[in-house]
Amino acid sequence: MTSVAHQKLQNGSRAAVIFKDLVSRPSGAIGLSLVIFHVGLALISPFVVPFDYKLQNSALMLSQPDAIHWLGSDHLGRDVFSRTLMGGREALLVTGVATPLAVIWGGFVGILFGLVGGRVDEVLMRIVDAFLSLPWILKMLVLIVTFGTGIEVLIPTLAFFYGIPVIRIARAATHDVIARDFVWAAKARGHGRVSIIWRELLPNVLDTLMVEGAMRWSWMLLAFSSLSFLGFGVSPPTPDWGLMISDARGFMSFAPWGVIGPVIALSSLIIGINLTADALAKALGIDRAQKAPM
Amino acid sequence: MLLMLIRRVLLGLVTVCIVSLIIFAGVEILPGDACTQFLGEYQADDELLAQCRKDLDLNRPAIDRFAEWAGGAMAGDLGLAVDGKTKISSIVGDRLQNSLLLALCAMGIGVPLALMLGVITGLCRDRMPDLIASTLAIFAMTIPEFVSATLLILIFSIWLGWLPGIVLTSASAPAAEFFPEILLPVIVLSLVMCAHIMRMVRSSVIEVMAGDYIQMATLKGVPYWPMVFRHALPNALLPAINVVALTIAWLLGGVVVIEVVFNYPGLGRLMIDSISDRDLPVVQSIALIVASVYVCVNLAADLLTMLANPKLRTMYTRK
Repeated sequence: MTSVAHQKLQNGSRAAVIFKDLVSRPSGAIGLSLVIFHVGLALISPFVVPFDYKLQNSALMLSQPDAIHWLGSDHLGRDVFSRTLMGGREALLVTGVATPLAVIWGGFVGILFGLVGGRVDEVLMRIVDAFLSLPWILKMLVLIVTFGTGIEVLIPTLAFFYGIPVIRIARAATHDVIARDFVWAAKARGHGRVSIIWRELLPNVLDTLMVEGAMRWSWMLLAFSSLSFLGFGVSPPTPDWGLMISDARGFMSFAPWGVIGPVIALSSLIIGINLTADALAKALGIDRAQKAPM
Repeated sequence: MLLMLIRRVLLGLVTVCIVSLIIFAGVEILPGDACTQFLGEYQADDELLAQCRKDLDLNRPAIDRFAEWAGGAMAGDLGLAVDGKTKISSIVGDRLQNSLLLALCAMGIGVPLALMLGVITGLCRDRMPDLIASTLAIFAMTIPEFVSATLLILIFSIWLGWLPGIVLTSASAPAAEFFPEILLPVIVLSLVMCAHIMRMVRSSVIEVMAGDYIQMATLKGVPYWPMVFRHALPNALLPAINVVALTIAWLLGGVVVIEVVFNYPGLGRLMIDSISDRDLPVVQSIALIVASVYVCVNLAADLLTMLANPKLRTMYTRK
């Protein structure tokens, strides 16, 4: 069994091949650059912004863009450009933690129940269906209104609800793999459930989970910014694109600059993630377009 | 066939039952109950609290109350709102109608447009019309609804002044009074749903057109357009049924953000308002309605797909 070292080498080279394939596609190259740009910006923005994001200046209320304030200022006289640069930090932090959590718990439960099958599986799927039939915003708002809007509430809430559809995907992917010869071989060799999940099923389901994770990330970001927009996400004065758009909307007729900066920033990030997910799916040979949107 | 039908309907019913259990349990588990909400700051007064709980029958075991609530809901009686006077069915009824109006208008525009665009882009894959439409679709699908809605308001109602940017009609007004205010929300919604359905139809057209029987038809000398319409499309459009169903369910339950942006008095805004006011009986009712719609629409789509596809039909009978 030299296979461990061999496998590692193979895995390494496979990742490299996939990465090359990903960036060779225009959608992958553009998408990945956008994502990297936004993540980088979120990391360095506190050190590079020209103005303090919460500095209010009543003399500058809703003033037009000029050489000093590139995107003008908002209704409290705060610099829109600085706030736009920093507006993705909270969103990226929350979704960046919640997405892996969602994929891990959903993926694990999905694989487990796909493997176990039978009655238990049938019951679980009914519960999953029931959860999916409730509108996302209702489920989340009920928890958020009850427990508050801090990150310590938002992260587990998002991770929990966005993990549920992952159960379905992981279970379906497991069903595709489970009847294959190598799983039977592992069973015949007397491997336990844990070993079969870890060594036979997971590597084969991982591709699907990765693409699913990338999609979940963009949907979660959408959900997060929608929550902020509705006033249930980030609390002021923390800059956040959703909240900024919601605040500036009322003054849109005479001060549209307050909306345009965050609109471009938020859209470019979400489009970037989607393009990357698309290219990743194609690079891994999974056709995502066939799946219905959720 | 009939057995399978019955099985599917029963499964749908089971799902709705589980949903109602989840909703009820969720409200029970969360801290606070109808009385602490109703009394607000007076809830510190133990006597008042006890009196209120006695009045509302909250001291009975949860199972009893669940049975009563679920039984009432099945008979169409959703109970009273948290103020203890207003009938929920009368509040929800108007809103449901308005949401239905919005959904129907959006579907009327979105579905035919999506099918048409999907077929066109699928047939001329990777050529100019496809590239343009697919790129636009990515934008329409990914940009958050409140962003596209805000931009459309900015362009069409503030800069150009063509359409009203906000709905001022009251919730109980007749459908005709919502025009032309309803147009902008309808445009935003149909853009989003159009993009989803179009992508689906496109990939399914591409798949079908690569099939052996299409090649066969071409070789037999069937002209291009009759082949597309008689051989390819009936198969290619089948998977669209499910996506259309999901979109309908989404339109009836999930368009909260759009309704808030446009101030549209639909079910979504009622949901947000009642969650903010912690009017949990109303929230429960809306959740139950939306979940039932979701289950019904999906069930209908599955059955339609099976009826239309002989392969699936026999597959299920053999089982």
